[in-house]
Amino acid sequence: VFPSSAFSFFCQTLLLRVFHEVEQAYAVWPMPQQMSQSTDRYPINPQLLAFSYARDSAAQSGCSVLDAAFERYFNLIFPDFVGLSNIWSEPKPFTVSVKVKNGECDGFPDEGSNESYNLSVSAGQAVLKAESVWGALRGLESFSQLVYQDDYNLYFVNKTEIEDFPRFQFRGLLLDTSRHYLPMPAILKTLDAMAYSKFNVFHWHIVDDPSFPYQSRNYPDLSSKGAFHPMTHIYTQSDVKRVIYHARLRGIRVVPEFDSPGHTQSWGKGQPDLLTSCYKGKVPSGTFGPVNPTLSSTYQFLNGLFKEVTSVFPDSYLHLGGDEVDFTCWRSNPNVQAFMAKMGFGSDYTKLESYYMENIVNITAALNKTSIVWQDVFDYRERIPMDTVLEIWKGVPADYRAELGRITLAGYRVLLSAPWYINHISYGQDWRNAYTVQPQNFSGTEQQKKLVIGGEVCMWGEYVDATNLTPRLWPRASAAAERLWSDEEKTSSVDKAFPRLEDFRCTLIRRGIQAEPLFVGHCKHEYSGL
Amino acid sequence: MPQQMSQSTDRYPINPQLLAFSYARDSAAQSGCSVLDAAFERYFNLIFPDFVGGTGLSNIWSEPKPFTVSVKVKNGECDGFPDEGSNESYNLSVSAGQAVLKAESVWGALRGLESFSQLVYQDDYNLYFVNKTEIEDFPRFQFRGLLLDTSRHYLPMPAILKTLDAMAYSKFNVFHWHIVDDPSFPYQSRNYPDLSSKGAFHPMTHIYTQSDVKRVIYHARLRGIRVVPEFDSPGHTQSWGKGQPDLLTSCYKGKVPSGTFGPVNPTLSSTYQFLNGLFKEVTSVFPDSYLHLGGDEVDFTCWRSNPNVQAFMAKMGFGSDYTKLESYYMENIVNITAALNKTSIVWQDVFDYRERIPMDTVLEIWKGVPADYRAELGRITLAGYRVLLSAPWYINHISYGQDWRNAYTVQPQNFSGTEQQKKLVIGGEVCMWGEYVDATNLTPRLWPRASAAAERLWSDEEKTSSVDKAFPRLEDFRCTLIRRGIQAEPLFVGHCKHEYSGL
Repeated sequence: VFPSSAFSFFCQTLLLRVFHEVEQAYAVWPMPQQMSQSTDRYPINPQLLAFSYARDSAAQSGCSVLDAAFERYFNLIFPDFVGLSNIWSEPKPFTVSVKVKNGECDGFPDEGSNESYNLSVSAGQAVLKAESVWGALRGLESFSQLVYQDDYNLYFVNKTEIEDFPRFQFRGLLLDTSRHYLPMPAILKTLDAMAYSKFNVFHWHIVDDPSFPYQSRNYPDLSSKGAFHPMTHIYTQSDVKRVIYHARLRGIRVVPEFDSPGHTQSWGKGQPDLLTSCYKGKVPSGTFGPVNPTLSSTYQFLNGLFKEVTSVFPDSYLHLGGDEVDFTCWRSNPNVQAFMAKMGFGSDYTKLESYYMENIVNITAALNKTSIVWQDVFDYRERIPMDTVLEIWKGVPADYRAELGRITLAGYRVLLSAPWYINHISYGQDWRNAYTVQPQNFSGTEQQKKLVIGGEVCMWGEYVDATNLTPRLWPRASAAAERLWSDEEKTSSVDKAFPRLEDFRCTLIRRGIQAEPLFVGHCKHEYSGL
Repeated sequence: MPQQMSQSTDRYPINPQLLAFSYARDSAAQSGCSVLDAAFERYFNLIFPDFVGGTGLSNIWSEPKPFTVSVKVKNGECDGFPDEGSNESYNLSVSAGQAVLKAESVWGALRGLESFSQLVYQDDYNLYFVNKTEIEDFPRFQFRGLLLDTSRHYLPMPAILKTLDAMAYSKFNVFHWHIVDDPSFPYQSRNYPDLSSKGAFHPMTHIYTQSDVKRVIYHARLRGIRVVPEFDSPGHTQSWGKGQPDLLTSCYKGKVPSGTFGPVNPTLSSTYQFLNGLFKEVTSVFPDSYLHLGGDEVDFTCWRSNPNVQAFMAKMGFGSDYTKLESYYMENIVNITAALNKTSIVWQDVFDYRERIPMDTVLEIWKGVPADYRAELGRITLAGYRVLLSAPWYINHISYGQDWRNAYTVQPQNFSGTEQQKKLVIGGEVCMWGEYVDATNLTPRLWPRASAAAERLWSDEEKTSSVDKAFPRLEDFRCTLIRRGIQAEPLFVGHCKHEYSGL
């Protein structure tokens, strides 16, 4: 079919090309813990690439998570595959063999999930070994990033050895679907991109003051009266299921946040008497403040809501919020004043806030869920179970470092998000700020450092909706993702990270993620989704 | 906001099946007028974004009354290009069953159709209505531009065409195409193909072919938008040097060339021969009467280092004042441009260096805080030159929050000067420089922020002096943009009836 002399000349040309391409390491983002590569490269023919389960793997064909991942990663590795065979390269098969120690194929990823994996790429095969399917997913992502196209669009992978595991157990990303409604495709696409950067927790800040888009089974008025629109701007039960399903297949946990007692204006529309009626002098002003913490009906309602929510969301964590409570309205209300007196709180409204939070943390504990709360709850010296996770969102580095020290000294586990409020934008390469964060750089013992279980990138929604979410998130969030996954010493240089992140951004674009540029330059395939 | 507009609460139903655009009997333009025929089709789809045709979907709730949009144009110009002299004024009168749109030119008719399309709304049952309305409208400034930078990042054709669509929605009328610069040279020249084959990011995939350029000009013309290309020199030309040997100045380290290059070499006659050839081609490709020549940010370091340049300076008696060399260069290329019957636009630097340039040259201000650009407005207009303002509209600069307010509150004629001087401010430009912008984030970064500047350039300043009153109007307009498929970002917390679904 093909003149052999011409073919061998062609191969020689390819071999010559090896030497100057080696310089450009086909790196993985975020950087693996251990990785060695050689210049030996092996062709991959899309027709002859096969994913398979190793014979001694606990997961075998029929494993939902990995079966779906094999299909997904085939398409990610060969974005322009149309079924035509590559007549230029020798038709050698290439096998990706996956071995998993424990099945878990039908379970959900959780805080205890083991995400470590080993990947060994050699002639004609890649061997991927992991404790769990969740680790195998991370390994498939790394493998997909190792495969590249040369100038003739032929696919290759270099000889590679990777031993990898995450630095932090909890690597989250928050989306805010209350300040703007995010249509389902925006959420699902974000989950796709999260997997590419090895994020493993989707923190769904699903409701807040402006709107209540969660359609509750037991309290349908919450969304029918509290959403921006009762039909078009809501998340139905099947929408929520679809998000959880989509996330599970990518090894991503879904932790919902039902923030209270503040940030609840939209709740009041569908749940009468839930919010505190604010007073102007001796009469109600017609406006409402935080949840009314003095009524037993409040706790009955929250018990009902949380019972539903914890049955809908399988994760063992529930985020209860607890931030930014304005006491003005509570102070104005005579019934609240009377309750304060009865409880002996004096005029210290932080005690009332504590009383409320302790109640709902206990409700959550009774439902066998672990609570996450914002740092405010710790700052008010509330008595909360020791397994509660505190999330730091305030301040400059000096502030959040001090807070890291205080919270871990008290023995609580902590999440860092203060330096990763990625909705805040400025002109230029602000991803560098996200990259240079040092989550464990604070005064404290080794034991305290271990209580930092991870961090979260927060994309608050004041100025963000489906129109600008993706370019604002990516690749800026990927900078934080490397900080949360990779070894800090090996990734200490932001300048060395720059070209790698530029390459990764082109990978994202090739995968249809509208990731914005870091600086002047180009991708081989520019974004064409317009 | 139109210059004059009155509305009543009387509203008239519009049935998509029975809306017709037509030419008035006494209109100079009639069926077959390319600009308006295309506009009628376009605006039908913009007004009824969810219309799917057929007979079964007519609005059975409202009486089937016809509605006619009758367009009368005084002068044809159907096959011409919009230019600096184009008259964009129009009158629009909406009453029962009809809208009467009168304009001097087809360009004014386009603006009137845009206004009409924004007057039509849907009620909660998705029925279409328009209120009784009278509009008399004309632009405050003749030149309302938007700059895209296709050198720092290549913008694929769909990104440019979509930007032109959105520009028409905000009544912008000039696309300033900053087509080449240091990082890449994507313009594929007929006469100098090496410029893009060696200077583009990629010689095949990251270029604008002649037919691409024609398509941009065609798309823009149908929307009443001029296309003014910028070939910025003598600085900002690193990418030119790759395909045009000896064009750039060779920089020296001591007595030997360092291997790096500086601005265009202004001392060689081959330079001017090349530029004459390039500009001859460019001015034949781009029909607009303006050509942007750049002239900004020239670094003299390399010129100073080069012994041949030093010798030329001595020969010309320039001493060590390299601004004189820059002036010499700019005067030469402005004259080349004038000989091609084109008007030059240049950045303010050219004025600041006290160059002798023809009085019809337009200066564009890009530097500084309000105090700076106001002083510059005064100086340039005092010298009798026409001026464009872009300093406050560097919209690539972003910050957290509602920074559209800064773009809105600009006062282009608020500087010390006579009435005559104020008239020399012919308009302004929104600039979207490309350091951090490509097709992935262009649209949400541009819209609706650029629309804030568009209102400043079109509308009466006194009637639009309140930024807070503009806020809910701009929020509504951003939802209109989204409904039209423009990925316009939100101004603040809230929602649109139809959210962006283009993901």
